[in-house]
Amino acid sequence: MDGIHDLGGMSGFGAVEIEPDEPRFHEPWEARAFALNSLGIRRLGAYNVHEYRHAVERIDPAHYLAASYYERWFTAVATLLVEKGVVTLAELEGRAGGRFPLSRPAAEVKPGALVPASASRFCAGERVRVRDRHPAGHTRAPRYVRGKCGVVVRVSRAFELPDLAGHALPAHQETTYHVEFAAAELWRDAAEGRASVVVDLWESYLEPAR
Amino acid sequence: MSGRPERPPAAPIAERVRALEQALAAKELIPEGFLEQRVEQAEENFDPRNGARVVARAWLDPAFRARLLADGTAASAELGLRVNGEYLVVLENSDAVHNVIVCTQCSCTAWPVIGLPPDWYKSPAYRARVVREPRALLRELGLELGDEVAVRVWDTSGETRYMVLPQRPAGTEGWSEERLAALVTREALIGVAKVRV
Repeated sequence: MDGIHDLGGMSGFGAVEIEPDEPRFHEPWEARAFALNSLGIRRLGAYNVHEYRHAVERIDPAHYLAASYYERWFTAVATLLVEKGVVTLAELEGRAGGRFPLSRPAAEVKPGALVPASASRFCAGERVRVRDRHPAGHTRAPRYVRGKCGVVVRVSRAFELPDLAGHALPAHQETTYHVEFAAAELWRDAAEGRASVVVDLWESYLEPAR
Repeated sequence: MSGRPERPPAAPIAERVRALEQALAAKELIPEGFLEQRVEQAEENFDPRNGARVVARAWLDPAFRARLLADGTAASAELGLRVNGEYLVVLENSDAVHNVIVCTQCSCTAWPVIGLPPDWYKSPAYRARVVREPRALLRELGLELGDEVAVRVWDTSGETRYMVLPQRPAGTEGWSEERLAALVTREALIGVAKVRV
């Protein structure tokens, strides 16, 4: 989805402020929220990590930007446990004593929604283009590289395709590639000199650039 | 007055977390001590001092450095670090190239070596800006890079996890591994700072 989570390259944000000696968790509830996700994935097996990431992406955009990292984290966990029928929203609202915001529903994605564009694998040094797709569901191809050309700098390992796994569909393993894009290819007149971005992309996201 | 429907404010986040935990506990879905153990594990295992040890070893042992750059997962396992199910790639900074890491779409990080990511790394500002204006952003953070240095930003969009191998600062000749490791910050492992004496 072309969601609020896909922030790379957006303008209008201010300074980045580093907190000296930042603790792992600022509040006790953050640690509990952290651990509840492990419970959901590992212990209950209620959902997988791709579904978790997508549930974060599905948070209402205004809520997404206003929430802290662990509030987003927690909202995704609660959403999935409601969607999977482990708990109900009414139960949560009753216990919390107020409104309990969850993520928006996922789009319907069909098995076989994404197949590789090319039968051949890519090699290191090869020029590739990111397919200019705008799926309604989960994907890990950031908007800022879609339609852009880059060079494969490393053929990485094979991993489950998130576009399917993120919707609890059977997902095949697919080779991933580290692809380097020159800043000028991505940002045109706004590009800085001697800069590039390397993005980790599944084979299905790519097509040959010849 | 008319128009916009009013929604009640959300319950405070701490109350929402407590509510979910209680709802799960009422269904006996939380094994005794599970949440506490998971937090303890995170506090023990996810620590930037691990990455600092890897860096110090690489500065002192050229053979280890070569193994680390060839296969970060296997080389960090030599120090007892397990990058679970993930693939660790170590990015070497030099006079010619400066590497910096981000995850623009969420906040993926190599937890076992860098630790749980700090707030600034997870902020919309960092995620939005570092891919587009890395030099300007690094300058704001106190890291001025010369025009001759290429900046390479690595977006953690897949399952590979990255760690920067920063340059060893001058004036540390003859230092022990422990003393060197104490210089290496989480910010240096991400690439927004250099290691300084």
